[in-house]
Amino acid sequence: MAEKEKERIKASEIDPKFKYEIAKMHGGEKLMRCFQCGTCTSDCPVARFSETYRPRQIIRMTQLGLKDRVLNSDTLWLCASCFTCTDRCPQDVEVASVIRVLRNLAAERGCIPQVFKEQAASILASGYAYKIPDLRIKKRESVGLPPLPRGNPESIRKTLCNVGFAKHIEKKGE
Amino acid sequence: MAEKNKYLMFLGCAIPYRVSAFEISARKVMQKLGVELVEMPEFNCCGLPLDPVSHEMMLILAARNLALAEQKGLNILTLCPGCAGTLKKVNKMLKEDKALREDINSHLKEAGLEFKGTIEAKHIMQALIEDIGLEKIKNAVVKPLTAFKVAEHNGCHILRPKEYIGFDDPEDPKTLKTLIEATGATCLDYMDETECCGAPSVGISDKIALQLARDKLNHVKMVGAQALVTICPFCHIMYDTNELRIEKMFNETYGIPILHYTQLLGLAMGILPEELAFNELRVDASKILKEAM
Ligand code: SF4
Ligand code: SF4
Repeated sequence: MAEKEKERIKASEIDPKFKYEIAKMHGGEKLMRCFQCGTCTSDCPVARFSETYRPRQIIRMTQLGLKDRVLNSDTLWLCASCFTCTDRCPQDVEVASVIRVLRNLAAERGCIPQVFKEQAASILASGYAYKIPDLRIKKRESVGLPPLPRGNPESIRKTLCNVGFAKHIEKKGE
Repeated sequence: MAEKNKYLMFLGCAIPYRVSAFEISARKVMQKLGVELVEMPEFNCCGLPLDPVSHEMMLILAARNLALAEQKGLNILTLCPGCAGTLKKVNKMLKEDKALREDINSHLKEAGLEFKGTIEAKHIMQALIEDIGLEKIKNAVVKPLTAFKVAEHNGCHILRPKEYIGFDDPEDPKTLKTLIEATGATCLDYMDETECCGAPSVGISDKIALQLARDKLNHVKMVGAQALVTICPFCHIMYDTNELRIEKMFNETYGIPILHYTQLLGLAMGILPEELAFNELRVDASKILKEAM
């Protein structure tokens, strides 16, 4: 009973402008075309093994303006970005890209899983998404591989210095 | 027009992090095919891992790599479909959308770079089929692997989203099969061939990821494949690193080695297994190797 109560949508939760906000963003443009056929969910590899992850539902909740529910939900981060849904949607909704747009907004609020945060911080610090172990770097030579590209973290940070979000991650990654 | 037998090598992050067997075998094979790979010390991560966090940062990082390659006047060659997919997608977006290009260039300017849209980014599989060509590959095969029966796994980002990638048919991909058959091996069909490996879910929900990988291994086993051939470092990690774990967890037995396509091609070209880093595979491949010898 209590669960039911929690699931019940209240009018005060609805942000009627949310869908327009999403549709203005790169990849979110076709959100409104969704007619809830369910192709995305039925073909989604993650939905097959998850009891909670349903791309169609995320799309509908977004259309309805359930902003906080969508952005604060952990399930948003379950998408494997395989793009099967995008390729198969009969209405040409870029489902995976809508989910990405939502993730970007969730990340801005600080709702972002540790793995994603760590990879972003690592890229800003070294140019690589993971810390490449010294052992691996040394081993390259002995197996006849050329040295690992040093990247250029300095130059990367320069290109990202005007993106507000980069600062946000650097602070968090410290 | 950039050259067809000379590329800028784009390693990305996963390969140097833990999939050197792919790099070692790919370099050997390309060298034998007369392809020159130019090193590019300034390249950074393709940008893909930043997309979930900030699409704009992903675009800038990908565009930075493309702009660096443009300065050299060479096409990019990647081993990772994630890198290829990202660079191809961003290349197309920026070429077609002037406003977006100007916006991204305003960021690149800070580092003295500019995206012009003069080169292409290709995954090794695409370079093999489009630039090097099936004839040349077949001619290089000196030890046809006729005893091999394998299955293939493409990986999503080399095929999807089709609007941006525009390579092969994501619902019924043929390139990898064709390339496998060029080595003399038989490539078997199986259920749900294009299903995602699950790797992106690792760390978010290992359970979902492992169930997806288990499904794949079951389907591959069902048709009697002796090995699963991949062309993506992440898919390879997903299956090779987790096969034993999946066997234990779900009480299954597979014993299916996971080979990088370039290892398979290398064998057929007469390169020794030691030189193709077969020893780096977690799932023992010695049984299938014995059959090849
Ligand atoms: S496949 Fe497209 S139209 Fe159908 S429910 Fe999913 S997003 Fe909506
Ligand atoms: S991109 Fe995400 S939502 Fe779409 S099918 Fe793949 S895992 Fe499911």
